[in-house]
Amino acid sequence: MSDTVLTRGMRWFKALAGDTSTAAPVWSGEASLGSETATFFSVVPDPDNRFPRARDNVVGLEQGWKLAQAVREAVARDASSEHKRPIVAIVDVKSQAYGYREETLGIHLACASAVDAYASARDAGHPVVALIVGPAMSGAFLAHGYQANRIVALDAPGTLVHAMGKEAAARVTRRTVEDLDKLGETITPMSYTMASFAKLGLLDKLIEGVDADAPTPAQVESVRSVLAEAANSARSDTRGLSRRLESDAAKKTRAASIEVRRRLAEQWDAA
Amino acid sequence: MSTATIQNPPPMPVLRDSFIELTARERARALLDAGTFRELLGPFDRIESPWLPLQGIVCQADDGAVIARGTIDGQPAVVAAIESAFQGGSIGEVSGSKIAAALELALRDCERGKIVRPVVLFETGGVRLQEANLGLAVIAEMQAAIVALRRYVPVVGVIAGMVGCFGGMSLAAGLCSYLIATKQGRLGMNGPEVIEQEAGIEELDSSDRRRVWQMIGGEQRAATGLADALVDDDTHAVRAAVRDVFARGVPAAHRTEQVAEYLERLARIDPANVTPDKMRDVFKANEAATPRKEQ
Repeated sequence: MSDTVLTRGMRWFKALAGDTSTAAPVWSGEASLGSETATFFSVVPDPDNRFPRARDNVVGLEQGWKLAQAVREAVARDASSEHKRPIVAIVDVKSQAYGYREETLGIHLACASAVDAYASARDAGHPVVALIVGPAMSGAFLAHGYQANRIVALDAPGTLVHAMGKEAAARVTRRTVEDLDKLGETITPMSYTMASFAKLGLLDKLIEGVDADAPTPAQVESVRSVLAEAANSARSDTRGLSRRLESDAAKKTRAASIEVRRRLAEQWDAA
Repeated sequence: MSTATIQNPPPMPVLRDSFIELTARERARALLDAGTFRELLGPFDRIESPWLPLQGIVCQADDGAVIARGTIDGQPAVVAAIESAFQGGSIGEVSGSKIAAALELALRDCERGKIVRPVVLFETGGVRLQEANLGLAVIAEMQAAIVALRRYVPVVGVIAGMVGCFGGMSLAAGLCSYLIATKQGRLGMNGPEVIEQEAGIEELDSSDRRRVWQMIGGEQRAATGLADALVDDDTHAVRAAVRDVFARGVPAAHRTEQVAEYLERLARIDPANVTPDKMRDVFKANEAATPRKEQ
């Protein structure tokens, strides 16, 4: 396969982890990260996939279950070890797979199995880091990345997090794409920019100055050191995702999320 | 015995007490032991969506999620019920945070040795698009809580209908220890209209109701083990099913942990010939009383 047809997910996997030990659609492999070894995962196109609606870099039935399998294998390798090695999800997923077969055969469960695997890895003490190098869309991102202790992203055209593609969101909310862009400027959670995603307190680092499509070796190493730092700091996290509400950005933009938790806790036990 | 047999005698609508027709608040009350319902963060607390007014959309004082404490079979419980009449049951920052926070508090109690039985009444199209990224974020938080909580106590989901359970919330439902559905409940990741829009009418004609129900309806989900109990639209039947699954305890292996088995089933499927019947041949209904350890 020539270099020009590599997706970002493939390119960054190769740059950070080298050769994959598993076939498409889920690549996995170990490589050094700081002073330790981490396991890297990426969802990549699979032109020969048995399910025709899941041949692109999307999360379909096999992608979900195979991610779960691969992540669980990484957890099993450290089962008897006190030191749990980091897990890095390289995120470049356009969407979940949309199809009749997918729904019939339970794509929701396939994606849930990946959510479970990543969440369980985090709960077991593995630092889990998501590196967004392309789109991180909706259900596909829930399955591959959103359970991470830390989320970092390249500051590059084409990296984004969102619940629905712009055209589809415009149709559903009966707005034009231009209206959506304008709304995104004032309604932070509706924006498609990474900077707005950061304002929600959900992004731990926006990595600037990196060519996402043709990184230099120095740029790859700078990304690797960001990942190592993120994994290292995640080791002192309390369990769960509560840290996402602790940043200054979250205190400002997610005040309602914090208020709901505070007041629900007050009312939890009857007076 | 198949779990798909927790059903009432043949339909006699006049004598039944519809669960589907209840509001979220009434549903929560109906599932808790009589006289124990206590709502948390109710309408008078007025925690509303901060994002809808900025878009000229009228808020609802409970943001479409009802959280209620009480008991189930005498055990402390919490019910999170989604109100489909407000914004289609969509998950916004507040409604989603209410559900996530309820699950997180149940987890905290369980970790301290105080078991709280959690029930989620799914009635949702998924993320509320007007709060897009925060809807998605709170769903991820809810999912994290379900995975952690179900190690202590079964997390029970109910999909009664008529909206069903879609989008990111279908993954949350997939993570539940047990799912109870009615024939009117649908469980799928992508709604039929979305599939038709994204993949074309040749892939799925969303107006073909029979095909849609056979694909993602409660009856099919129970017959293929993706739900654990099929019940009639009857409040007593739903109550009984919730109590029955709690009595079964935490499954030896949750569905989402049965990775090898599901990959094996998927391998036995011929993608060129996927039908509801083929699905039933390969994905069987769950054994009711004896959850097996799969891996």
